[in-house]
Amino acid sequence: MARDVVSRRTLLKASAAGSAAAALPLVNVHGQPRTTLRCGFWDHWVPAGNGALRELCAEWGSRERVDVQLDFITSAGKQNELTIAAQAQSRSGHDILSFPTWFPSAYADQLVPVDDVMGRLIAKYGPVTSAAEYLAKRDGRWVAVPAVSGTQMKPSLGRIDLLKQHAGIDVREMWPAEDRAGPGAATWNWDAFLVAAEKCHAAGVPFGLPMSNFSDSVDWVGCLFESFGARMLDEDGKPTVRNNPKLLAAVEYMVKLMKFVPSDVWAWDDAANNRAIQGGRSALIFNPPSAWAVARRDNMAGHDQQWTFPMPSGPEGRFVPYLPYFWGIWNFSRNQTAAKNLLEFLSERESADKQTSTSAGYDIPPFLSMNDFNVWKTEGPPVGVVYNYPLKPHHNAKTAVAFAPAPPEIAVQAYNQGLNTGLIARIAQGGQTIDQALAWAERELRAFARG
Amino acid sequence: MAPDGSARAIATPAPLRPARSPGVSSLERLARRRSTIAFVMTVPLILVIAGLVAWPAAYAMYLSTLNRRMTASVGFDNYMFMIESETFWMVAWQSCFFAITAVLLKALIGFWLAHMLHNLPVRGQRKWRGMLLVPWVIPPALSTLGWWWMFDPSYSSINWIINVFGFPDVPWLGHPWWARIAVIMVNVWYGAPFFMIMYLAALKSVPEQLYEAAAIDGATSSQKLFYVTLPMMQNIISITVLFSLIVTFANYDIVRVLTNGGPRDTTHLFATYAAQVGILSGHLPRGAAVSLFMLPVLAVAAFFILRGVTRRTREMM
Repeated sequence: MARDVVSRRTLLKASAAGSAAAALPLVNVHGQPRTTLRCGFWDHWVPAGNGALRELCAEWGSRERVDVQLDFITSAGKQNELTIAAQAQSRSGHDILSFPTWFPSAYADQLVPVDDVMGRLIAKYGPVTSAAEYLAKRDGRWVAVPAVSGTQMKPSLGRIDLLKQHAGIDVREMWPAEDRAGPGAATWNWDAFLVAAEKCHAAGVPFGLPMSNFSDSVDWVGCLFESFGARMLDEDGKPTVRNNPKLLAAVEYMVKLMKFVPSDVWAWDDAANNRAIQGGRSALIFNPPSAWAVARRDNMAGHDQQWTFPMPSGPEGRFVPYLPYFWGIWNFSRNQTAAKNLLEFLSERESADKQTSTSAGYDIPPFLSMNDFNVWKTEGPPVGVVYNYPLKPHHNAKTAVAFAPAPPEIAVQAYNQGLNTGLIARIAQGGQTIDQALAWAERELRAFARG
Repeated sequence: MAPDGSARAIATPAPLRPARSPGVSSLERLARRRSTIAFVMTVPLILVIAGLVAWPAAYAMYLSTLNRRMTASVGFDNYMFMIESETFWMVAWQSCFFAITAVLLKALIGFWLAHMLHNLPVRGQRKWRGMLLVPWVIPPALSTLGWWWMFDPSYSSINWIINVFGFPDVPWLGHPWWARIAVIMVNVWYGAPFFMIMYLAALKSVPEQLYEAAAIDGATSSQKLFYVTLPMMQNIISITVLFSLIVTFANYDIVRVLTNGGPRDTTHLFATYAAQVGILSGHLPRGAAVSLFMLPVLAVAAFFILRGVTRRTREMM
């Protein structure tokens, strides 16, 4: 009869196996994400644009053991703006949300200050572009992080061949894909622009300058005004329309320019100018590289003749329209620390490079030191087409937002109503005198300042 | 009076008091009452109306008295802003012009279409009815996009056709009056089938004998229309016009897709202007004030129209 003998060695083995088996569930639980972070990012125009954020969030989530859930919310039909309004009212929804241009300020009371994140990022990468700081800071505090994904600028995008043939301007020589200005760049100002506009209009390829109340229209007119020093509101939000010689000069210039643009610009939306240059009907527009990217994708005639270069300069300098997105954290979020860490990760140079490269150079990082990514050198044809898309030191330019530096809650009303384009339209299209139109603008601005 | 015709005093029964059945509590008696049951059955509807109509309306009124940050009351300041704003009065004028013109055109076209259909043979009627209802069935945001392509400032297909006949381009969306006309046209195209189907139903309910009697009396076609058809359809016309007026006043999608309120804010309606002020410009209380402005206008219109309907219904009974 065999005896059941339990040796000391067997007992030790069995105990070790039992302990390991008992600890196994603990190991599994420990390995799983313990936090869930819900992010609502802007749904990118560029189809691959969302992919970069998806990959970056997955990488950060697995490293930090956070389950990052992503929703991409379209701006078509203002769906993202309605989502922000609904979540702010209900105080529930995502932890992180993408906020368009004016929204961080409007919802500043409900956003977690991110001074700590921005402090570390600025210490690492240097200053943020001035327009982003104006929009993301409220009472001296950063209320949102200027985003990479979705942020765009709207410099000149011209047809090399048409501008050379009809206006005698070689924009590729003026603004080559190098860190230097070429011949003629120093005189690229609004006067030269007006002469070129007249010539191209006469040649049947007028500059495609929208004049409605869509953002492309308000942005470029805002930058033109800024380069004339023509501000309609001061820093306190008071109208500065009356007895303003700079504003008068800008308005008179615009009235002259409007004689050389297509007759239907008063109804153009943000896609009309893209179609104008893609169809070869315009020699120049103010736009991000999306117009060129679509023309290249669809192999449209003349896409290899497009070139991005800075805006013309005015008496007060050169300004480029800036239309940013921001990443904000709701103060009802339960994962504010994790949210801050993710935003800091997404803003780092490597992450920004990935977002910009995936979007074919469309996304602009907020830090001026990041305006040297390789994608802007290599994109084409023609190679270097977007080299001058971000600000470069030799551009001597700044980013600008229409109606800055007024308090954003007042400026946004004038911006959304297209008060600057409306002012010009009243004169150039509606037949009012400059004084009548300025008086109307002043009355509207005074009403905006209330409440 | 007694059944045999003699008047006699009928003993008045003593007032009935509910007999107290043993073991039935007052709560049970309350539950057994007809009025209680009726109330209980309407509770879900009352809750729906309270939650989805009364509460949002009351909240919007409250919201319209707050400041931009919704932290303090500003009384009627948001309404004062509107009264002093030139743009707002232009929006008010446009909303009235848009709603009244569009509703009138929809009513006239719908009436004409209903008559045409009513006089078609029954077999062909169904086919035409189906086809004419198509604009009303397509979601307006989608169909308006189609119209937008036809009105496109640079590539308008309507202009292309106009050019074929040697006429110059029409700035459909670029000139204030053309843009207003374009917006009204799309609204009429979308809404006329609704009027048509309502009027068709009303026409079918007019008794044929009335027309026969009118014919015997020697009435002409127009006399039949004015003295038989229209009086018989008056209630349906009033209710349809009221309903359409409310919906047209509150229209949003057509203007949003077609013109975004431009050029120079000359096509904004209350709803699109409220969205621009409230949501896009981050001033929800002021947006609420704009959207509430049409409430008294519509309430007064509804009062008079419904009073007329009730009066006519009483006369007919």
